[in-house]
Amino acid sequence: MSQVKMTVNGKEMSGDAEGRTLLSQFLRETLNLTGTHVGCDTSQCGACVVHVNGEAVKACTMLALEADGADVATIEGQAAEDGTLNTIQQAFQDHHGLQCGFCTPGMVMSAAALLKENPKPSEAEVRDYLEGNICRCTGYHNIVKAIMAASGQDVSAIAAE
Amino acid sequence: MPKDHGIGASPKRREDIRFLTGTGNYTDDINAHGQAYVHFLRSDVAHGKINGVDTAAAAAMPGVVRIFTGADFEGVGGIPCGWQVTDRHGEPMQEPAHPVLAQGKVRHVGDPIAAVVADTYEQARDAAEAIELDIEDLPAVVDMKAAVAEGATKVHDDLNSNLCYDWGFVEENKDAVEEAIQSAAHVTTLELVNNRLIANPMEPRVAIGEYNRATDDSTLYTTSQNPHVIRLLMGAFVLGIPEHKLRVVAPDVGGGFGTKIFHYAEEAFCTFAAKAINRPVKWTSSRSEAFMSDAHGRDHVTKIELALDADNNFTAVRTETYANMGAYLSTFAPSVPTWLHGTLMAGNYKTPVIYVNVKAVFTNTVPVDAYRGAGRPEATFQLERVIDKAARELGVDPIALRRQNFITEFPYATPVAVEYDTGDYHGTMDALEGIADLSGFDARRKASEAKGKLRGLGVNCYIEACGIAPSNLVGQLGARAGLYESATVRVNATGGLVVMTGSHSHGQGHETAFPQVIAEMIGIDESMIEIVHGDTAKSPMGMGTYGSRSLAVGGSAMVRATEKIINKAKKIAAHLMEASEGDIELKDGQFSVAGTDKSVAWGDVTLAAYVPHNYPLEDIEPGLEETAFYDPANFTYPSGAYACEVELDPETGKVTIERFSAADDFGNIVNPMIVDGQVHGGIGQGIGQALMEGCVYDENGQLLSASYMDYAMPRADDVPFYAVDHSSQTPCTHNPLGVKGCGEAGAIGSPPAVVNAVVDAMQSGGHKVDHIDMPASPSRVWAAMNK
Repeated sequence: MSQVKMTVNGKEMSGDAEGRTLLSQFLRETLNLTGTHVGCDTSQCGACVVHVNGEAVKACTMLALEADGADVATIEGQAAEDGTLNTIQQAFQDHHGLQCGFCTPGMVMSAAALLKENPKPSEAEVRDYLEGNICRCTGYHNIVKAIMAASGQDVSAIAAE
Repeated sequence: MPKDHGIGASPKRREDIRFLTGTGNYTDDINAHGQAYVHFLRSDVAHGKINGVDTAAAAAMPGVVRIFTGADFEGVGGIPCGWQVTDRHGEPMQEPAHPVLAQGKVRHVGDPIAAVVADTYEQARDAAEAIELDIEDLPAVVDMKAAVAEGATKVHDDLNSNLCYDWGFVEENKDAVEEAIQSAAHVTTLELVNNRLIANPMEPRVAIGEYNRATDDSTLYTTSQNPHVIRLLMGAFVLGIPEHKLRVVAPDVGGGFGTKIFHYAEEAFCTFAAKAINRPVKWTSSRSEAFMSDAHGRDHVTKIELALDADNNFTAVRTETYANMGAYLSTFAPSVPTWLHGTLMAGNYKTPVIYVNVKAVFTNTVPVDAYRGAGRPEATFQLERVIDKAARELGVDPIALRRQNFITEFPYATPVAVEYDTGDYHGTMDALEGIADLSGFDARRKASEAKGKLRGLGVNCYIEACGIAPSNLVGQLGARAGLYESATVRVNATGGLVVMTGSHSHGQGHETAFPQVIAEMIGIDESMIEIVHGDTAKSPMGMGTYGSRSLAVGGSAMVRATEKIINKAKKIAAHLMEASEGDIELKDGQFSVAGTDKSVAWGDVTLAAYVPHNYPLEDIEPGLEETAFYDPANFTYPSGAYACEVELDPETGKVTIERFSAADDFGNIVNPMIVDGQVHGGIGQGIGQALMEGCVYDENGQLLSASYMDYAMPRADDVPFYAVDHSSQTPCTHNPLGVKGCGEAGAIGSPPAVVNAVVDAMQSGGHKVDHIDMPASPSRVWAAMNK
């Protein structure tokens, strides 16, 4: 066991981790930040996406020890202090971009990373960027729509309804 | 103007706030004080005789609390099956024992042999590796037809064969169907596979058992679509715990799609073990474990014949299906290929006689049970594929052939024992033609061809049956459960309502949609209504969520309970206003006396119910809380018409979905936003089945598609935006809301549309291919075009 310290959502946090402890596991079980979800064991599903030093990372692909000293952002830190949703979270609610909610934390964190590097992505760019995030509920329709809306694009014309 | 509240509005989902901020409460987020962890040692062979399980070394490993094997479960009940099918000859199906942990034999890869309980999950997993197994390999049966061939190895030694049942429906129609086929002007025959799927809700299954020695109470937290059903099955049939001593909680559940309906061995194990070691026991499935322990779906092999007369009217349908049950009978497995499949074989068409034969087969594979649509996608796929093939053989337009044979008068009694109450199949087809721009297809095909690609168009219809019921009928058909739903509406003194429902929400948005209904009935704001679900200690006995039943059955129970509330509230209001009860009207949350300006507010009446100072105590009790159980008179029958356009790269065989349009008739709609979302999701899964998903076993019963690396599911860039329409609405005639069901439609209607389109694309390139099995992967498509 080693002690791991990191800044999570702007707060200093620490805990003990084994060499084999994954960052996803450390966040959930040691720091009790259960918003980061684990949907697979092959780093395919993306439910555990967090930001480490500003980069989107699948938290199951990283050991907790590797994140020692890092600046980590998780879904729990995305809304404002008073609970106001951020632009992406709000767009997901406005456009029904979630159903069961299990993939949602990873989707929101991936979307945030996408919009940081590409503030006005096309539909194809959104779909391409989400390759690493699986959703089983929405057929992706409203997730893609929500992310495009969060980027300030007019989505009212998307698909006849 | 769209409504902004009540029935027909699309308020934003209130549950989203917790899901978007990481504050949901999924089962794996729960940790019981002092909990131990269990890891299951699972069989790595498909079929074998257990000669020994030596746990001595493992038991001495650090942190190990106790190791359980099948021997610990002798005298404990097995995992029960909830539906008994009677075969063609009036005999009950063969029903094997299903122990919690394997006893004597292992019967599929993943069959649990031992369970290691330790202080940490890592310790449990490490110790499991130290268990010494002596398992003698036996030949595995994987292929269904081989499994029922003479001399096949038996999955269960104590059964007569691997045939669970041989079901005929309607058996009395068999000869008439034969005659119709013999005398037909044309018969189209198609053999096809409905591919085996794995539901893969994003949240893997989790179970936490707790036991309180002081009170002798057991609690199970589990990822379930129907906690009351689990309480009944596990309590009564497996562990012998009476319901008042057993609480089952299914908190936020991350998707179900059917696979979280069933009672699983891990739930019984955790509940049993928690008592045995007097400590909470938690199990969290890994995804790899889910592939070999979650019930799979579909897996039918079918031959279908469609007979037509000289005018292209359908005269008969005959099918023969082999349906895989896997190694054991999962909770509702026997009902899926029979009552949820044969009864839908009329589709949207007035075929006069139909005969469906289904042979359910045991194999050395994971049990197979309901997956989104459950039986209805299998029926729709074969029927809509054979109609498309017939249209090509006859050289007629596939839409015209369908329209010509549509049922147009309702109610309509089908030759497969169900009565469609309403529908408008021309209406949904018209709606589809309105959104799919079918007339522009030729131009789009030319554009694709100019790029060296092939383009295909596939159209199909579907009929579905939701809210399976009534209980007395399904009881005759072999169901070992009722199929009602319950609701308790509790009005508080200050006017707010809490509704405890037996329906369970795991993505469907009940917490938002259900209050819309009650708000409309009373004329109050939706924010005054809270929905409670997923806890047997809170809700009355309920049957849970599956088969697109929540609003049609659970919503109807809620309406009935609210009607009782309103009736009682009117009595109180009449007393307060010194008026006759018959003159009281309720509108916009105000009770008024007809023809006068007297009124009292909803809140005045609710307060009077709980502070009954000025109250007719001699006539009615204080309080305002009512319960209703609703048992529907019939299924509901949503229907629709779907169109898919694909582009096919002849160089690689890769199929791309270019356009997808869905026109559905769901009757009345409470929340259009949620309904659209349900259709989108169903289409996504249907496209997955058609193009990508397939569970593959090798001939030894090894599961080859056992991770997200191997089992392909649609990603965001595999699908387009979908055009959906539900303007065609024929309200259900027998539930108070006039609603049908929308949860499974997309998954039922989309696979045939995709495959019809792929076949159309291949034929447009001059390839004489009249069918391709799902998933129509690039290698399969390329091979079909280049054989």
